[in-house]
Amino acid sequence: MSTVLERVTKVIVDRLGVDESEVTENASFREDLGADSLDVVELVMELEDEFDMEISDEDAEKIVTVGDAVKYIESKLN
Amino acid sequence: MGKLEGKTAVVTGASRGIGRAIALELAKEGANVVVNYSGSKEKAEQVVNEILEMGRKAIAVQANVADNDSVQNLMKKALEEFGSIDILVNNAGITRDNLLMRMKEEEWDEVIQTNLKGVFLCTKAVTRQMMKQRSGRIINIASVVGVTGNAGQANYTAAKAGVIGLTKTAARELASRNILVNAVAPGFITTEMTDALPEDVKTSMLSQIPLGKFGKPEQVAKAVVFLASDDAEYITGQVLHVDGGIAM
Repeated sequence: MSTVLERVTKVIVDRLGVDESEVTENASFREDLGADSLDVVELVMELEDEFDMEISDEDAEKIVTVGDAVKYIESKLN
Repeated sequence: MGKLEGKTAVVTGASRGIGRAIALELAKEGANVVVNYSGSKEKAEQVVNEILEMGRKAIAVQANVADNDSVQNLMKKALEEFGSIDILVNNAGITRDNLLMRMKEEEWDEVIQTNLKGVFLCTKAVTRQMMKQRSGRIINIASVVGVTGNAGQANYTAAKAGVIGLTKTAARELASRNILVNAVAPGFITTEMTDALPEDVKTSMLSQIPLGKFGKPEQVAKAVVFLASDDAEYITGQVLHVDGGIAM
Protein backbone atom coordinates (compact mmCIF):
# COMPACT_ATOMS: atom_id res chain seq x y z
CA MET A 1 0.00 0.00 0.00
CA SER A 2 1.43 3.36 -1.03
CA THR A 3 1.71 6.15 1.52
CA VAL A 4 -0.44 9.26 1.29
CA LEU A 5 2.61 11.23 0.14
CA GLU A 6 3.33 8.76 -2.65
CA ARG A 7 -0.25 8.84 -3.88
CA VAL A 8 -0.43 12.64 -3.69
CA THR A 9 2.88 12.88 -5.53
CA LYS A 10 1.62 10.69 -8.34
CA VAL A 11 -1.51 12.84 -8.79
CA ILE A 12 0.63 15.99 -8.90
CA VAL A 13 3.15 14.55 -11.36
CA ASP A 14 0.35 13.39 -13.66
CA ARG A 15 -1.60 16.62 -13.51
CA LEU A 16 1.17 19.23 -13.60
CA GLY A 17 3.72 17.31 -15.62
CA VAL A 18 6.49 18.12 -13.15
CA ASP A 19 9.37 15.85 -12.19
CA GLU A 20 8.83 13.66 -9.14
CA SER A 21 11.96 15.12 -7.53
CA GLU A 22 10.37 18.57 -7.49
CA VAL A 23 7.42 17.37 -5.43
CA THR A 24 8.70 17.89 -1.90
CA GLU A 25 6.60 18.56 1.19
CA ASN A 26 7.62 22.21 1.21
CA ALA A 27 6.91 22.80 -2.47
CA SER A 28 4.13 25.32 -3.10
CA PHE A 29 1.76 24.34 -5.89
CA ARG A 30 1.67 27.81 -7.34
CA GLU A 31 5.13 29.17 -6.51
CA ASP A 32 7.25 26.07 -7.07
CA LEU A 33 5.26 23.70 -9.24
CA GLY A 34 3.91 26.21 -11.74
CA ALA A 35 0.25 25.56 -11.10
CA ASP A 36 -2.24 28.28 -11.96
CA SER A 37 -5.40 28.77 -9.92
CA LEU A 38 -7.44 26.46 -12.13
CA ASP A 39 -4.76 23.75 -11.85
CA VAL A 40 -5.07 23.91 -8.07
CA VAL A 41 -8.85 23.48 -8.30
CA GLU A 42 -8.35 20.49 -10.56
CA LEU A 43 -5.70 18.98 -8.30
CA VAL A 44 -8.08 19.19 -5.37
CA MET A 45 -10.74 17.49 -7.47
CA GLU A 46 -8.39 14.68 -8.35
CA LEU A 47 -7.26 14.26 -4.77
CA GLU A 48 -10.93 13.98 -3.81
CA ASP A 49 -11.31 11.16 -6.30
CA GLU A 50 -8.03 9.48 -5.35
CA PHE A 51 -8.88 9.41 -1.65
CA ASP A 52 -12.64 9.21 -2.02
CA MET A 53 -13.31 12.25 0.17
CA GLU A 54 -14.83 15.69 -0.11
CA ILE A 55 -12.61 18.71 0.37
CA SER A 56 -14.64 21.85 1.02
CA ASP A 57 -13.78 25.09 -0.77
CA GLU A 58 -12.79 26.63 2.57
CA ASP A 59 -10.37 23.80 3.33
CA ALA A 60 -9.04 23.76 -0.23
CA GLU A 61 -8.06 27.40 0.06
CA LYS A 62 -5.74 26.54 2.95
CA ILE A 63 -3.85 23.95 0.94
CA VAL A 64 -0.81 25.78 -0.39
CA THR A 65 2.01 23.25 -0.32
CA VAL A 66 2.31 19.54 -0.99
CA GLY A 67 2.78 19.02 2.75
CA ASP A 68 -0.50 20.88 3.45
CA ALA A 69 -2.33 18.49 1.17
CA VAL A 70 -0.74 15.40 2.71
CA LYS A 71 -1.42 16.58 6.25
CA TYR A 72 -5.01 17.47 5.42
CA ILE A 73 -5.70 14.11 3.80
CA GLU A 74 -4.06 12.16 6.61
CA SER A 75 -6.13 14.00 9.20
CA LYS A 76 -9.32 13.25 7.26
CA LEU A 77 -8.43 9.58 6.84
CA ASN A 78 -7.79 9.08 10.55
CA MET B 1 -25.71 11.91 -38.89
CA GLY B 2 -26.55 14.82 -36.61
CA LYS B 3 -24.13 17.47 -35.44
CA LEU B 4 -24.44 16.40 -31.81
CA GLU B 5 -24.49 12.62 -32.12
CA GLY B 6 -23.98 10.93 -28.75
CA LYS B 7 -23.65 14.15 -26.76
CA THR B 8 -25.52 14.73 -23.52
CA ALA B 9 -27.30 18.05 -23.04
CA VAL B 10 -28.95 19.49 -19.95
CA VAL B 11 -31.56 22.13 -20.76
CA THR B 12 -33.06 24.07 -17.87
CA GLY B 13 -36.64 25.22 -18.13
CA ALA B 14 -37.22 22.86 -21.03
CA SER B 15 -40.90 22.04 -20.62
CA ARG B 16 -42.19 25.06 -22.52
CA GLY B 17 -41.44 27.84 -24.95
CA ILE B 18 -37.88 28.44 -26.07
CA GLY B 19 -36.44 25.79 -23.73
CA ARG B 20 -38.73 23.15 -25.21
CA ALA B 21 -37.69 24.10 -28.75
CA ILE B 22 -34.02 23.92 -27.73
CA ALA B 23 -34.42 20.46 -26.19
CA LEU B 24 -36.14 19.16 -29.33
CA GLU B 25 -33.63 20.73 -31.72
CA LEU B 26 -30.65 19.34 -29.79
CA ALA B 27 -32.26 15.90 -29.91
CA LYS B 28 -32.92 16.27 -33.62
CA GLU B 29 -29.15 16.70 -34.06
CA GLY B 30 -28.45 13.55 -32.11
CA ALA B 31 -28.10 14.66 -28.49
CA ASN B 32 -29.57 12.88 -25.49
CA VAL B 33 -31.37 15.43 -23.38
CA VAL B 34 -32.06 16.03 -19.72
CA VAL B 35 -35.29 18.00 -19.71
CA ASN B 36 -35.34 20.09 -16.57
CA TYR B 37 -38.59 21.61 -15.35
CA SER B 38 -39.73 23.46 -12.29
CA GLY B 39 -43.49 22.96 -12.11
CA SER B 40 -44.82 21.64 -15.41
CA LYS B 41 -44.22 17.93 -15.01
CA GLU B 42 -46.68 16.80 -17.67
CA LYS B 43 -45.33 19.19 -20.27
CA ALA B 44 -41.78 18.09 -19.52
CA GLU B 45 -42.82 14.47 -19.98
CA GLN B 46 -44.37 15.36 -23.32
CA VAL B 47 -41.02 16.80 -24.43
CA VAL B 48 -39.29 13.63 -23.23
CA ASN B 49 -41.74 11.49 -25.22
CA GLU B 50 -41.18 13.51 -28.37
CA ILE B 51 -37.44 13.00 -28.01
CA LEU B 52 -37.83 9.28 -27.38
CA GLU B 53 -39.89 9.06 -30.56
CA MET B 54 -36.91 10.48 -32.46
CA GLY B 55 -34.89 7.53 -31.20
CA ARG B 56 -32.82 9.57 -28.72
CA LYS B 57 -32.72 9.24 -24.98
CA ALA B 58 -34.25 11.75 -22.59
CA ILE B 59 -35.29 12.09 -18.97
CA ALA B 60 -37.30 14.75 -17.16
CA VAL B 61 -35.80 16.03 -13.91
CA GLN B 62 -37.51 18.48 -11.58
CA ALA B 63 -35.23 21.15 -10.14
CA ASN B 64 -35.40 24.73 -8.99
CA VAL B 65 -32.32 26.34 -10.53
CA ALA B 66 -32.19 28.97 -7.79
CA ASP B 67 -31.59 26.26 -5.18
CA ASN B 68 -28.12 24.75 -4.98
CA ASP B 69 -29.14 21.34 -3.60
CA SER B 70 -31.74 21.06 -6.29
CA VAL B 71 -29.18 21.92 -8.99
CA GLN B 72 -26.66 19.42 -7.59
CA ASN B 73 -29.33 16.75 -7.76
CA LEU B 74 -30.19 17.67 -11.35
CA MET B 75 -26.59 17.26 -12.51
CA LYS B 76 -26.17 14.07 -10.48
CA LYS B 77 -29.20 12.55 -12.18
CA ALA B 78 -27.88 13.59 -15.58
CA LEU B 79 -24.52 11.93 -14.90
CA GLU B 80 -26.09 8.78 -13.51
CA GLU B 81 -28.23 8.44 -16.59
CA PHE B 82 -25.82 9.43 -19.35
CA GLY B 83 -22.30 9.41 -17.86
CA SER B 84 -21.28 12.82 -19.18
CA ILE B 85 -22.56 16.37 -19.57
CA ASP B 86 -21.34 17.86 -22.82
CA ILE B 87 -23.78 20.72 -23.22
CA LEU B 88 -25.52 22.89 -20.65
CA VAL B 89 -28.20 25.30 -21.81
CA ASN B 90 -29.17 27.76 -19.10
CA ASN B 91 -32.61 28.71 -20.26
CA ALA B 92 -34.85 28.70 -17.19
CA GLY B 93 -36.30 32.13 -16.56
CA ILE B 94 -39.28 33.93 -15.11
CA THR B 95 -40.74 37.42 -15.40
CA ARG B 96 -42.27 39.62 -12.71
CA ASP B 97 -42.78 42.81 -14.69
CA ASN B 98 -43.49 46.10 -13.01
CA LEU B 99 -42.46 49.71 -13.31
CA LEU B 100 -39.32 50.44 -11.36
CA MET B 101 -41.18 52.69 -8.93
CA ARG B 102 -43.76 50.00 -8.20
CA MET B 103 -41.52 46.99 -8.27
CA LYS B 104 -41.59 45.11 -5.02
CA GLU B 105 -38.41 43.83 -3.49
CA GLU B 106 -39.75 40.28 -3.81
CA GLU B 107 -40.31 40.77 -7.55
CA TRP B 108 -36.72 41.91 -7.93
CA ASP B 109 -35.32 39.09 -5.81
CA GLU B 110 -37.29 36.27 -7.43
CA VAL B 111 -36.20 37.20 -10.94
CA ILE B 112 -32.56 37.70 -9.97
CA GLN B 113 -32.54 34.40 -8.08
CA THR B 114 -33.90 32.33 -10.94
CA ASN B 115 -32.57 34.15 -13.99
CA LEU B 116 -29.11 35.11 -12.74
CA LYS B 117 -28.19 33.07 -9.68
CA GLY B 118 -29.65 30.01 -11.40
CA VAL B 119 -27.18 30.40 -14.26
CA PHE B 120 -24.31 30.73 -11.78
CA LEU B 121 -25.32 27.63 -9.82
CA CYS B 122 -25.88 25.43 -12.88
CA THR B 123 -22.64 26.59 -14.50
CA LYS B 124 -20.67 25.94 -11.33
CA ALA B 125 -22.25 22.53 -10.96
CA VAL B 126 -21.26 21.28 -14.44
CA THR B 127 -17.81 22.86 -14.50
CA ARG B 128 -16.21 20.07 -12.50
CA GLN B 129 -17.45 17.42 -14.91
CA MET B 130 -16.56 19.43 -17.99
CA MET B 131 -13.06 20.13 -16.66
CA LYS B 132 -12.53 16.41 -16.23
CA GLN B 133 -13.80 15.79 -19.74
CA ARG B 134 -11.56 18.55 -21.05
CA SER B 135 -14.48 19.73 -23.13
CA GLY B 136 -17.89 21.28 -22.75
CA ARG B 137 -20.28 23.86 -24.07
CA ILE B 138 -22.30 26.21 -21.93
CA ILE B 139 -24.93 28.29 -23.66
CA ASN B 140 -26.80 30.91 -21.70
CA ILE B 141 -30.09 32.28 -22.90
CA ALA B 142 -29.86 36.03 -22.33
CA SER B 143 -32.20 38.50 -24.01
CA VAL B 144 -32.04 41.49 -26.28
CA VAL B 145 -33.50 43.56 -23.42
CA GLY B 146 -30.43 42.72 -21.35
CA VAL B 147 -28.56 44.83 -23.89
CA THR B 148 -31.11 47.53 -24.69
CA GLY B 149 -33.12 47.81 -21.46
CA ASN B 150 -36.91 47.63 -21.41
CA ALA B 151 -39.44 49.70 -19.49
CA GLY B 152 -41.21 47.58 -16.89
CA GLN B 153 -38.46 44.98 -16.65
CA ALA B 154 -35.80 46.39 -14.33
CA ASN B 155 -35.37 43.02 -12.64
CA TYR B 156 -35.40 40.96 -15.85
CA THR B 157 -33.07 43.23 -17.82
CA ALA B 158 -30.63 43.43 -14.89
CA ALA B 159 -30.58 39.66 -14.63
CA LYS B 160 -30.08 39.20 -18.37
CA ALA B 161 -27.32 41.82 -18.52
CA GLY B 162 -25.78 39.97 -15.58
CA VAL B 163 -25.94 36.72 -17.53
CA ILE B 164 -23.97 38.34 -20.34
CA GLY B 165 -21.24 39.43 -17.91
CA LEU B 166 -21.18 35.99 -16.34
CA THR B 167 -20.93 34.40 -19.79
CA LYS B 168 -17.82 36.41 -20.61
CA THR B 169 -16.11 35.71 -17.28
CA ALA B 170 -16.86 31.99 -17.43
CA ALA B 171 -15.57 31.95 -21.01
CA ARG B 172 -12.27 33.47 -19.88
CA GLU B 173 -11.87 31.24 -16.83
CA LEU B 174 -12.65 28.00 -18.62
CA ALA B 175 -11.14 28.55 -22.06
CA SER B 176 -7.91 26.76 -21.15
CA ARG B 177 -9.94 23.64 -20.38
CA ASN B 178 -11.71 23.69 -23.74
CA ILE B 179 -15.02 24.70 -22.20
CA LEU B 180 -16.70 27.26 -24.44
CA VAL B 181 -19.27 29.62 -22.98
CA ASN B 182 -21.55 31.76 -25.11
CA ALA B 183 -24.90 33.48 -24.86
CA VAL B 184 -27.84 33.69 -27.22
CA ALA B 185 -29.93 36.84 -26.96
CA PRO B 186 -33.42 36.30 -28.35
CA GLY B 187 -35.60 39.24 -29.28
CA PHE B 188 -39.38 39.09 -29.37
CA ILE B 189 -40.11 35.41 -29.78
CA THR B 190 -43.64 34.05 -30.08
CA THR B 191 -44.36 31.93 -26.99
CA GLU B 192 -47.18 31.58 -24.46
CA MET B 193 -45.53 34.47 -22.66
CA THR B 194 -45.87 36.84 -25.64
CA ASP B 195 -49.25 35.48 -26.83
CA ALA B 196 -50.74 36.97 -23.69
CA LEU B 197 -49.75 40.53 -24.66
CA PRO B 198 -52.42 43.01 -25.82
CA GLU B 199 -52.63 43.75 -29.58
CA ASP B 200 -51.46 47.38 -29.31
CA VAL B 201 -48.36 46.30 -27.41
CA LYS B 202 -47.59 43.72 -30.10
CA THR B 203 -47.99 46.34 -32.85
CA SER B 204 -45.60 48.72 -31.14
CA MET B 205 -43.11 45.90 -30.62
CA LEU B 206 -43.24 44.97 -34.29
CA SER B 207 -42.38 48.51 -35.30
CA GLN B 208 -39.03 48.13 -33.51
CA ILE B 209 -37.99 45.01 -35.41
CA PRO B 210 -36.09 45.69 -38.66
CA LEU B 211 -37.12 42.30 -40.05
CA GLY B 212 -40.74 43.22 -39.32
CA LYS B 213 -41.89 40.02 -37.65
CA PHE B 214 -41.68 38.14 -34.39
CA GLY B 215 -39.22 35.30 -34.06
CA LYS B 216 -39.96 31.64 -33.48
CA PRO B 217 -38.54 29.45 -30.70
CA GLU B 218 -37.01 27.13 -33.34
CA GLN B 219 -34.90 30.00 -34.67
CA VAL B 220 -33.38 30.49 -31.23
CA ALA B 221 -32.90 26.74 -30.90
CA LYS B 222 -30.93 26.59 -34.15
CA ALA B 223 -28.50 29.22 -32.84
CA VAL B 224 -28.05 27.12 -29.71
CA VAL B 225 -27.35 24.00 -31.79
CA PHE B 226 -24.74 25.94 -33.75
CA LEU B 227 -22.96 27.08 -30.59
CA ALA B 228 -23.11 23.54 -29.19
CA SER B 229 -21.66 21.97 -32.35
CA ASP B 230 -18.14 21.55 -33.70
CA ASP B 231 -18.91 24.36 -36.15
CA ALA B 232 -18.47 26.80 -33.25
CA GLU B 233 -15.20 25.43 -31.88
CA TYR B 234 -13.40 28.80 -32.18
CA ILE B 235 -16.18 30.88 -30.62
CA THR B 236 -16.31 31.73 -26.92
CA GLY B 237 -17.53 34.63 -24.77
CA GLN B 238 -19.90 35.87 -27.46
CA VAL B 239 -23.49 37.02 -27.46
CA LEU B 240 -25.35 35.86 -30.55
CA HIS B 241 -28.44 37.97 -31.17
CA VAL B 242 -31.45 36.22 -32.64
CA ASP B 243 -33.70 39.23 -32.68
CA GLY B 244 -34.58 40.26 -36.22
CA GLY B 245 -32.08 43.09 -35.96
CA ILE B 246 -33.44 44.94 -32.93
CA ALA B 247 -30.02 45.46 -31.39
CA MET B 248 -27.07 46.14 -33.68
